[in-house]
Amino acid sequence: MTKKLLSAGLGLGLLAASAAVLAQDGAAAAAAPAAAAAVEAVPALSAGDTAWMLTSTMLVILMTIPGLALFYGGLVRSKNMLSVLAQVFVIFSLITLLWAIYGYSLAFGGEGRFFGNFDKLFLLGITADTLSSMLKTIPEYVFVAFQSTFAAITVALIAGAFAERIKFAAVIVFSVLWFTFAYIPMAHMVWGGGLLAADGALDFAGGTVVHINAAVAGLVGAYMLGKRIGFGKEALPPHSLTLTMVGASLLWVGWFGFNAGSAGAANGIAGLAFINTILATGAAALAWITAEALMRGKASMLGAASGAVAGLVCITPAAGFAGPMGAIVMGLIAGPLCFWGVSGLKHMLKVDDVCDVFGVHGVGGMLGAILTGVFCAKGLGGIEPEGYNMAHQVWVQLKSVALTIAWSGVVSLVAYKIAALTVGLRVSEESERQGLDITSHGEVAYTR
Amino acid sequence: MKMVIAIIKPFKLDEVREALSQIGVQGITVTEVKGFGRQKGHTELYRGAEYVVDFLPKLKIEAAVADDLVDAAIDAIEGAARTGKIGDGKIFIQPLEQSIRIRTGETGESAL
Repeated sequence: MTKKLLSAGLGLGLLAASAAVLAQDGAAAAAAPAAAAAVEAVPALSAGDTAWMLTSTMLVILMTIPGLALFYGGLVRSKNMLSVLAQVFVIFSLITLLWAIYGYSLAFGGEGRFFGNFDKLFLLGITADTLSSMLKTIPEYVFVAFQSTFAAITVALIAGAFAERIKFAAVIVFSVLWFTFAYIPMAHMVWGGGLLAADGALDFAGGTVVHINAAVAGLVGAYMLGKRIGFGKEALPPHSLTLTMVGASLLWVGWFGFNAGSAGAANGIAGLAFINTILATGAAALAWITAEALMRGKASMLGAASGAVAGLVCITPAAGFAGPMGAIVMGLIAGPLCFWGVSGLKHMLKVDDVCDVFGVHGVGGMLGAILTGVFCAKGLGGIEPEGYNMAHQVWVQLKSVALTIAWSGVVSLVAYKIAALTVGLRVSEESERQGLDITSHGEVAYTR
Repeated sequence: MKMVIAIIKPFKLDEVREALSQIGVQGITVTEVKGFGRQKGHTELYRGAEYVVDFLPKLKIEAAVADDLVDAAIDAIEGAARTGKIGDGKIFIQPLEQSIRIRTGETGESAL
């Protein structure tokens, strides 16, 4: 019975896929040989791949809620805990929704340089049996869902930078605008067949699309919002490093879905990405606390957690390209460099990036993107693209980093400005002193 | 009657309670407080942010004591709370105008 359903499903899927392919105007000429090729190598639903991708999707969801929420939440003062949790939770709910409505179509539909098309608005044309044209062995809905979690966590990452002083309404306005004009085109350019993919930029799981993108938006936001009251004078210490550690652990475990799931299948590459995600992370955590111990005299728990996240960010673009030993080296570099990012660099920038989004995701993301060009080399145990030349690849990587910074920077600036002009960016001084939990949300996180 | 107020190091509570009990002071009120005198605080480091925290955790013990027990109470607290290192704390004596036991309505020294 199941076999019959499966064959019927495959037939339907093939029909739907061919129909969609043939229906596209400009792509018709290219589609005919592609459709013919597709008929030869019949795209078949793989239960293993689908199960893994479903699992990966859930893991990435866990990374955002509650992983990132707790990681950031523990770093702020107790009077603002709920505001951080709420912002992350609501951003997740909102962005996944928008992804399904128009994000997926604009990011993965069609092959424009910067944007896709509106063909799959509201997921039109996709059924439960439709197979993804990008990952041919899994249902398209699964691919849509998987990608929705990436969009959501990218936007949620930004919240760490403007925490403790931003208006809730401003978070919503900014998130919608930035998702639409920064995340979607970046995702399209790198993964959806746009400009950067055509250029040959390597980004396995989203070093540029997710981390550098969000980090720049966070940095711009931190500048535009201004420093928190008392920054530099009063002590604004984290209220619960215990929860931050819980969050960091959930991030690490969930990241296996992020990286290994980006292989798109339950195969050897997923295995490579998986093991890289263990090794780079541990190496970075150790390297960070070593740097800390040497510079400050003590190895801290926050340092270990931060180092781990730095390693995870760094390996993200390289997870399926670098070899395991290369991953370790990348982690060993990411640790101390991101430690500098949250201390020396942060002081140089004179910015109040509350949860060090730029110091960790920005610096780590840029390092990872560039090193991907190095450590994918076969000689270094990696998986080279065809016609690989290290200098050229690093140059291509640098270009993609530069484009990401520029694009995200400009869009962020405009998006924050629009939010400022419509709903206002920052809460009143009184509200900031009292705490966002009670003033923005009418709630208190911890009763005496 | 006097209110004997003592700021002591937190780990000295049991000893002080025991010593006061032995001289006949049965009831005390204890509050967790923060303070500093000559004892230095500590430095906390969170990534790039360094905070010098002057305040140290202490305990404040308040005991309403009859005039004839005040000296004994002072000796008891001093002896029990002293370590000889900076930060041992201080004892203050305040005059107490009135004292009432809520359950029975007794006043004055019989309410202590």
